[in-house]
Parts: sequence; C-alpha cells; structure tokens
Amino acid sequence: MNQPVNSADIHKAIVQEQAAQDRKKLILNGVLLLILLAAPFMIYPVFLMKILCFALFAVAFNLLFGFTGLLSFGHAAFLATGGYTTGYLLSNYSGLSTEMGIIAGTLAATVLGTGFALLSIRRQGIYFAMVTLALAQLVFFFFVQSEFTGGEDGMHGIPRGELLGFINLEDNLNMYYFVLAVFIACYLLVQRIVGSPFGQVLKAIKQNEPRAVSLGYNVDRYKVLAFVISAALAGLAGSMKSVVFQLASLNDAHWHMSGEVILMTLVGGMGTLLGPVVGATFVVNIEYQLSQGALRDWVDPILGGIFVLTVLAFRSGIVGEIQKFVKKNLG
Amino acid sequence: MSMIFGVPLAVLSGQLLIGIINGAFYALLSLGLAVIFGLLKIINFAHGAMYMLGAMATVLMFDYLGVNYWAALLLAPLLVGAFGVAIEYFLLRRIAGQDHIYSLLLTFGVALIISGVLVNWFGVSGLRYTMPDVFKGGVNLGFMFMPYYRAWVIVAALVVCFATWFVIEKTKLGAYLRAGTEDSELMQGFGINVPLLISLTYGFGVALAAFAGVLAAPIYSVTPVMGSATLITVFAVVVIGGMGSIGGAIITGILMGVIEGLTKTFYPPASSAVIFLVMVLVLMFRPSGLFGKEA
Repeated sequence: MNQPVNSADIHKAIVQEQAAQDRKKLILNGVLLLILLAAPFMIYPVFLMKILCFALFAVAFNLLFGFTGLLSFGHAAFLATGGYTTGYLLSNYSGLSTEMGIIAGTLAATVLGTGFALLSIRRQGIYFAMVTLALAQLVFFFFVQSEFTGGEDGMHGIPRGELLGFINLEDNLNMYYFVLAVFIACYLLVQRIVGSPFGQVLKAIKQNEPRAVSLGYNVDRYKVLAFVISAALAGLAGSMKSVVFQLASLNDAHWHMSGEVILMTLVGGMGTLLGPVVGATFVVNIEYQLSQGALRDWVDPILGGIFVLTVLAFRSGIVGEIQKFVKKNLG
Repeated sequence: MSMIFGVPLAVLSGQLLIGIINGAFYALLSLGLAVIFGLLKIINFAHGAMYMLGAMATVLMFDYLGVNYWAALLLAPLLVGAFGVAIEYFLLRRIAGQDHIYSLLLTFGVALIISGVLVNWFGVSGLRYTMPDVFKGGVNLGFMFMPYYRAWVIVAALVVCFATWFVIEKTKLGAYLRAGTEDSELMQGFGINVPLLISLTYGFGVALAAFAGVLAAPIYSVTPVMGSATLITVFAVVVIGGMGSIGGAIITGILMGVIEGLTKTFYPPASSAVIFLVMVLVLMFRPSGLFGKEA
C-alpha cells in the first residue's frame, strides 16, 4: 500500500475515505427507507406504528441518557402528557385538525419538561434519577385523580380525524406514512443535534462535566435544553401514539413505562443513533411474542432478566456490540 | 369533644399516629438505602422488592411452616439479607468498576424479576396475616385510642434505627464502614476485607428493608406489588433529607410521615402527593436537601 507522502496526499486520502463512507451510509439509509416504505404491505400497519412511536420515544430518551449522560427515570410523564393532551383536545374540539392536536400535545410535554428540567438539574447523578422518578409519580397522581383522563379506564375513542384537513387518517396506510414521516423528521433532527456544536458540548458534559465547566460552558443551560428537547420529542411520541391507538391510558404515565424506555435504549445501544430504534423494535416484538404464547404472564420477569443480562454482559447494546465487532474485524 | 382547627382531637391524633407509623417505615427504608449508598455508592432500586419479600416471607412462613411473628422478625431479615448478599456477590460485584448508573439499572432489573415472579405465584390481591394475640386490643390514652401493635411498630422501628445509627457512628465496625466510604482502596491496603464488608453492608441494608416488611405484614395489605409505590415515596424522602447522614434519614422519614398524616386530616386529596410537593419545594430552596452535604 502506498503511504501518502505529503499533507496534500493525506488530505486527499481522508476526503476519499470520507466520501466512500458517506456513499455506504447513503446506500444503507436508502435500503432502510425502502424497507420502511414497503413494510405496511407485509406487516400489520398498527403494529409497525406502535414500533415507530416507541422508537421515537426511545430516540428522545437517548438524547438525554445516551448523549448527555443524564438518566431520567420519569420520561413516562412526557409520553402520557402528550397523549392525554392530544386525546383530550381531539375528543372535545371536533373542529381541530389532527396535526394541531399533536402539536398542542407536544407543547404541553415541552412545558412540563421545562419544569422537570429546572428542578432536577439541581441534583446530580443518582439523585437526578430519583428526582425525575418522584416528579413523574406526582404527574401520575395528577392523571389518576383528574376526571378528563378517565382515571383507571383511560381515554377511549380519540378520533384520528384528518391531516391538514384532507388526508383521512382513519385509513391505516395514510396514518402509517404520516407516523413514518414524523419519525424520520425527528430522527434526522436528533442526528443533526448530536452532530452540531451543541451536541458536542452535550457529549463533553457526559464524559467529564467539571472539564466542560472549566472550558467555560454554562453546563446547566445545555442540560436544561437537552432535557426540554428530549421531553418535547417524548411528548410527540405520546401524542402520535394516542392518535394511532385512539387511546390514552394510565399505563403510559406509570413508572413502568419509564423503565421500559430505559430498557429499549440500553438493549439497542445507548449513545448510538440507531440503537434506540433497534431496541424499541426488539422490546415491542418480545412483548408481543410473549403475550401470544404460554409465557404471557411472565413478561415482567423476562424483561427484568433482559435488563440484568444486558447490564452484565452487553452494556453497549445490540448496535454498540455490532459497531465494536465491525471495528475490530473489518475496520 | 375538643376540636383543633375544626377537626376533632381524636381524629387529628389518630391521623398523627398513622403518620408517625408511616414515617417509621419511611425512616427504616431510607436508612437502609443510605447505608447501602454509603459504601456501594448505588441506589438500590430493589429495596422496595426486599421490603415486600420481608412481608411476604412473614405471611408464607406462617401459613406453610407455622413460624410465628417473633421468629419471623428475626428469620425474614436474615433470609432476605442472605439473598441480598448473594445478589451483591453474583451480580453487583461483576460491574463494580463501571458507572454507578449500571448498578442502579441492575437492581431495577432484579426488582422487576422478583415482583414479577411473585405476582405470577400469588396474584396482586393481598394476602392475609393474622395479628399475634399479644397485640390485639389497645389502650385508651384519654384523647385517643392507641392499638398495641401500632405502639410496638413505632418502638421497634425507633430502636432498630437508633441501633443502626449507634453501630455506624460509634463502634469500630462503623468506623470501618465510614472509612470505606471515604477510600476503600486505602482500607484494603490496611488489611481490611473490603469486598466482604461490601457484601455484608448490602445484606444488612436489605435486611433493614425486610424488617420493615415484617412490621408491615399485620397492618398493611401484603401483595407482591406493595414495594414499588412505597419505594418511590421513599426516594422522595431521601431527596428531601439527603443521604449525607444516618440521623438525617431517620428524622426526615418520620417528619414526612407526620406531614402526610396531617395532610390526610386537613386536605385528603393531596395526601398522596404532599411528600412529592415538599420535595419540589426543597429542591427549589435548599437543593442539597435538609441534611445533605453535597449538591
């Protein structure tokens, strides 16, 4: 192999390498997109939409956990707030178009997320997890006692309505492509955020917070902003979910849901872009398969077992382990 | 009947008593969390499950083996403590060098397994535990009726809390523990078996939770899911008090129980949320907690 001898050659080699990688990435993404576009003709669209909603939820969570290093144990609160707000508005104001309902749900989660963020960043590390868990429990109590949520019964029959006033979302295919479009937009947004200078600061905070402080960054502001974006996207996931299933229930607000999104992110690979998507697909599928078979009562212990196993043996998650493998053997 | 703020004295003192008892449970549980946090630097998410195991063990040992209350008071914490030592030895130890977030997630997974398995075996409806005959009845204090068992719970919890405080703050073993929290490598260098100390500490911490479970068995509904909701409340208590001091954990626990009891008397709808609201206030005005040393 020719060794590049001067800086111009080195530069050229790097550019070529980069271009080859970009091409590979483009092809991979193109194939993924084609699969996603064709999927509803092979698999039940509602199931796919469930995966996409949870994938968005996990992507949102991962922005905070995987890239900023903050473990929130209260993300269920945003999912539920988005879902209940959108559900309430669409059920009670028939003139409202679906996208306005979803935007309103996302905004509600954003406002709540700002409150959570300002309180919880006052504590660090393990305390942060406990504070977010406790705040989410407060939100849970609120939803249990409020009349508009339907309490234990949940909120049923949320109308899907029409998108922009002319696309009928009662049709599962239309609904699917809408959810897919929102998901891809959010995924690209998170990719952009992670790659931006802002995202670099978040990673710096994760790796070594005191150093980020000493470099002159106002760490708290970055953390709050990351938290708010994460909460907003989680709320959006909840809003979409309530429209897809025409249902918003207390399940979404329960601490169990906060644990589930952690599991999705961890299993898929925290701190990778694709990880949460893979993890959400994995967990939703496992839950579905288990619920169909003889092990239907054992979902919780099995999820717990996966938790323990992942932490003990596959801390990088599915995507992280594959990346490691590729780097070691093919890089 | 004398009235205080429009509430009969008997009702008020009755709620206060329930508050103090809940507070005693919060104190025992947050004390165990603080002990474990001190040496292992992790939050034990399986703590609620251990509390539940203590209560379940009490009921099941009585139903199947005829083990009475007093024996359970000793046996259940021992069994659960041994179980905790096994968890520390086989699971937590393997990820000791990793980020503490992982051990937190590991204990969360363990809690899911324990409660999930027990839900399958026993369902979510409560098991019944008959109170020992000694504790039946109560005494009239003039302004209120005091059931014997409730008095016993308060006394037992306070004695155990005080004993734990005494051991950790005043004895040689406690000095080892405190030194271990400062610098466990140096401790190891002095020839103290730190890994053993860590195992035993985790075992002791969860045994405290199991002890609370035994105390709870005759008065609370014993179900496989009784731990999780209690644990979240205890987390809020821990955030309020801070885990800097053992004494702080005890005082905050009882204080929060009393506040909860008072809220139940004067404004019942807020009673389940009040501790969390106090937590919000503390975070706003004293972020490091009432007794906390670090932010």
